[in-house]
Formats: sequence, C-alpha cells, structure tokens
Amino acid sequence: MNNILVLPILIPLSTAVILIFFKDKLRHQRGISVVSGLLTMLVIILLVTRVHADGILTLQMGGWAPPYGIIFVGDMFALLLVMTASLVSFAILLYSFSSIGEKREKYYYYTFFHFLLVGVYGSFLTGDIFNLFVFFEVMLISSYALISLGGTKLQLRETAKYLLINIVSSTLFVAAVAYLYAAVGTLNMAHLSQRITEAGQGGVINVIAVLFLIVFSLKAGLFLFFWLPGSYSAPPPAIRALFGALLTKVGLYAIIRTFTLLFVNDTELTHNLIAWMAAATMILGSLGAVAYKDIPRIFNYNVIISVGFVAFGLAAGTQDALDGAVFYLLHDMLAKALMFILGGLIITAAGTDQLSAMGGMIKKYPLLGWMFFILALALVGIPPLSGFAGKLLIIRGALDAGMLTLALVGLGSSFMVLYSLIKVFRLAFWGNEPGNKRPAVSLKGATAVAAGLLVLVIAMGIGADPLYAFVSQAGDVLASPAEYIQAVMMKE
Amino acid sequence: MELLIALAIGVLFTVGVYLVLSKSLLRILLGTTLITHGVHLLLLTMAGLKTGASPLLGEKAESYVDPLPQALILTSIVISFGVSAFFIVLAYRAYRSAGMDDVEGSKGERP
Repeated sequence: MNNILVLPILIPLSTAVILIFFKDKLRHQRGISVVSGLLTMLVIILLVTRVHADGILTLQMGGWAPPYGIIFVGDMFALLLVMTASLVSFAILLYSFSSIGEKREKYYYYTFFHFLLVGVYGSFLTGDIFNLFVFFEVMLISSYALISLGGTKLQLRETAKYLLINIVSSTLFVAAVAYLYAAVGTLNMAHLSQRITEAGQGGVINVIAVLFLIVFSLKAGLFLFFWLPGSYSAPPPAIRALFGALLTKVGLYAIIRTFTLLFVNDTELTHNLIAWMAAATMILGSLGAVAYKDIPRIFNYNVIISVGFVAFGLAAGTQDALDGAVFYLLHDMLAKALMFILGGLIITAAGTDQLSAMGGMIKKYPLLGWMFFILALALVGIPPLSGFAGKLLIIRGALDAGMLTLALVGLGSSFMVLYSLIKVFRLAFWGNEPGNKRPAVSLKGATAVAAGLLVLVIAMGIGADPLYAFVSQAGDVLASPAEYIQAVMMKE
Repeated sequence: MELLIALAIGVLFTVGVYLVLSKSLLRILLGTTLITHGVHLLLLTMAGLKTGASPLLGEKAESYVDPLPQALILTSIVISFGVSAFFIVLAYRAYRSAGMDDVEGSKGERP
C-alpha cells in the first residue's frame, strides 16, 4: 500500500484541525501534539526503511495517472529530509512547552506549528510544481502567523517586511510557473523534465530556470538573504529554531530538486550562477556572523553561511558533492535547531541577548556551556561530529570539479563559523559575571531536549558510515534524474 | 491579443513595483495587489487566448479553452486573498499599536 506516503502530511494536518477545538485546554493540546509527533516519526521511519529496500515510492492522488493528476514522490532524498524535519520539530515542540508561554500557546500556537509542518513535509514530498507552490504557501502563511504571534512592536515590524518579501517572491513563483507552462505545457515535475529534455534547453528555458533560482533563493536566503537576519530575530527562540532549521531548508530543497531534475541540460549558465551566489552567500554570511555581538544575529548569519555551503555542493554537481550536500543538509537541520535552542536557553539564563552584558555563566550552567562548545565543533566540522562527513564530501567533490577558489571560500567560511561561535562561548561562559547577579534559572526540561538533539548530532557523526548507505541512495537519484522520471512515469 | 494583454500586464507590474518601493505601508499593500493581478493575468495569457467555449462539457463545442490555468488562477486568487487580508490586518495593527505607517520610520534600534 503506497497510501502510507500521504501520512506524514495527513497526521499533522488532522492534528492541527483537532487542536483548534481545544483552545484553552493546554494539557490536551500538548498531549495531542506529542502523540502526533511520535506517530509521524514512526511512519517516516517505516517509509525510509521501505524506500531503502524497494526504491522510490510514488502515490497517485485519486488514481489519476501522471502527468494528469497530482503525484507524491517519496525518493530517499525527500524522505531523509522529512525524517530529519520530524525529529527536529519534535524536539522543538518539547522545547516550546517550557519556553513559549501560556498566552501564546492559547492563541493556537500548536495549530500553526502543525500547519507549518504540513507545508514543510508536503513541499518535500510533492511531485508537481504548482502543488509545490501551494505547500510553500501553507508553510509561509503558518510562518506569518507564528512570526507575528504575540504582537510585540518588533514582531509587527519584522512581520511586515517578511510578509512583503514573501508575497513578492510567491507572485514571481506563479509567474515562473506560468512561463514554464507556456514553454512546455505540463506541471508534473518528471514530465517537465522529459519535455525540457525533448525541447532542448534553449534561451527561454534558461531564463525560466534563472527566474526559479531567484524565487527559491529568496525563500532559502541564498544571496538574496537581506530579509533574513532581521525577520528571524523577531519571534521567540522556539519559533526561531523552527524557522532556522526548516524554512530555509525547504527553499534549498526546491533549488536542489529543480536543478537536478528539471534544468539539467545546460548547466554552464545556471550552475555557474549558483556557484557564484553560493560564494557570495558564504562570504557575506561570514562577515555578518563575525560583525555582530548579539546572539540572534550571529546565529542567523550562521544559517546563511550553511545555505551557501549546501548550494556550493549543488553547484559542484559531482556525485560526491551531491552526496555531501544531502549529508550536510541533514546535519544542518539538526545542528541549527540545537543551536537556536541552546541560544534560547543562554538568553533565558542571562536575561539578555547582548554578548557584552553576559559572562561567567560556566559556573552556574556547566552543562549548557559544554553542550554549546561541542555543538560549535560539530557545526565547524571537527571529525567525530556530524558536520565533518558532509563538508569533506562537498570539498572533495568541488576539488574534483576543479573549483579550487570556491573550496577555499567554503573552508574559510568554516573558520568564520568557528570564530563567531567561539566568540559566543567565550563572552557568555568565560570571564566574570556582570555586576547585576541573577539567580540561577532552572532549565532542566529544555536542557534534556537539547541533550537529546546533541546525542543525535554526535551519533550522526559517529554513525556516518551506516547513514552513508541511505545518503548515497539519495545522491544517486539527484545525480541521475532518469531514475526519478522512470519511477513516476512508468508505474502502472 | 496576447501582445495587448502582455503590455497591460507589463503596466500592472510597473505600477505595482513602483508602489511597493514607496514609503507608506498602504501604498505597498496596493502595490502587492496590483502585482498579484498582473501575475494572474499572466497565467491566463501564457496558456493561450485562442477562442473556444468555456470549459463546460454541456456546451458541446468543437473546442474549449484550456481549463488548467483557470484552476491554477482560482487557487492562486484565494491564496493571495488570504495573504492580503492578513497583510491588511497586520498594517492596521501596526498602525494602532506602533503608530506605524511610514516604513522608513520603522527602522531604528532593537527594543
């Protein structure tokens, strides 16, 4: 039964609808959310093992054969991302119990949370370009609600900017779909890929490809990230973690999917463009990460650097680099969620997000401090931890493709990541406590959640070898779109 | 016919972009609405404006117009309607609680 493929979308969707009826009953809301999160993880683990054994799963909605109906495609790449997203969102859900505050929770926080997950999972699993647009909108509309929930002045201001950017990029998305439909006359991604290959990727298709690149780059924060540092600073830490870990990754997924499946016949122009955008993203992100002295901005610029790094893996385009991009994407979702959770804990403990007003926290919060230290090493890519395998593969792939400059930029950005995070560690945890001493805050529950994520980060580093079997299966589909097309178009 | 509509869409985009780049939040809102109109017209035009019956099988015509873009536009219209409604309320809220209508004036220091 391939119908199981729709469950990762159906479970959060029905959860979100059910939660609307329990507005004031927080205990019910939390209980239902936890059950739904656990169920989703179970289903996805089942799916991943099945795809690992039997290859790509497809589900034709309503039994209409492609290209006429909407199709859901579970290849290893999409499913690994859904799996990581479900793990990460479950951890963030547990963290929000202790951090989001009753007032926000009562105004449908968990409903929006689950609608956001519907959008994210749907974007990963869909095989239709207009359906991708719709799932993007599901995700974005929930994110508008989450970013403005609470209604502080800063949130209102940043929501207005975030909203405007996304309205413009969504209209551009529709325009790009319109051009693509006029050029090749279909919307199903596998069929699109076939048609584009038949028509030959001429000037018109290249223009459409660049338009798609602009749209997805606006969503992912690849070079066009000017909105990101401000907008992601506005909401509370749990929501920030959700955004930092998931939203930009959906944009990246869309870039990777379109440029490994649809626009593959004339990589000279598009992939060079992606390479330059990736380099600029890494350099500008590094500058931002080094320049600021408040935790939200430093972290937001770190998100930007990693977006650049994954795009760089795509631009290199060799089998190694694509495997590395998948690996790094998985690592980055876990590690960025952990980073924002730890950042939230540091801000709660210190009572401020300015590094200049912190210091000496290692005495009161040793566990928090060392967890952050290990995470910093993982994000840089120190060997036994999770960031290493992805970076190694991407750099090796880039060197094979002869992209020496970009490889150096990538390695340089790693140093900047290290410098910016160790700056946080040094200023927040070492030194003397500032004059106004605060009583120690109990962070037990949230620290346990963070510890759970940290165990995953370490396990992903140590278990890189068994995981590679799954990642390389994902990379294979990216490297040869024929496999994807065959799975979608040939069955039944 | 396509050329004329394309020109009209171009005008809609131009005016929309001009309004989005202005200072007042309300004008920005109007700008986004115009761009959305432009993009919906674009979707309709790009699918071809050849003459044919409306896509109703009861018409029993020789040929029909393409039904797919109409469905896409309908989807896109309700989505942008929802987002616009949210944007309007957000602008209202920002005006009420922060006295903010001028986007330039909403920069400044972090709270």
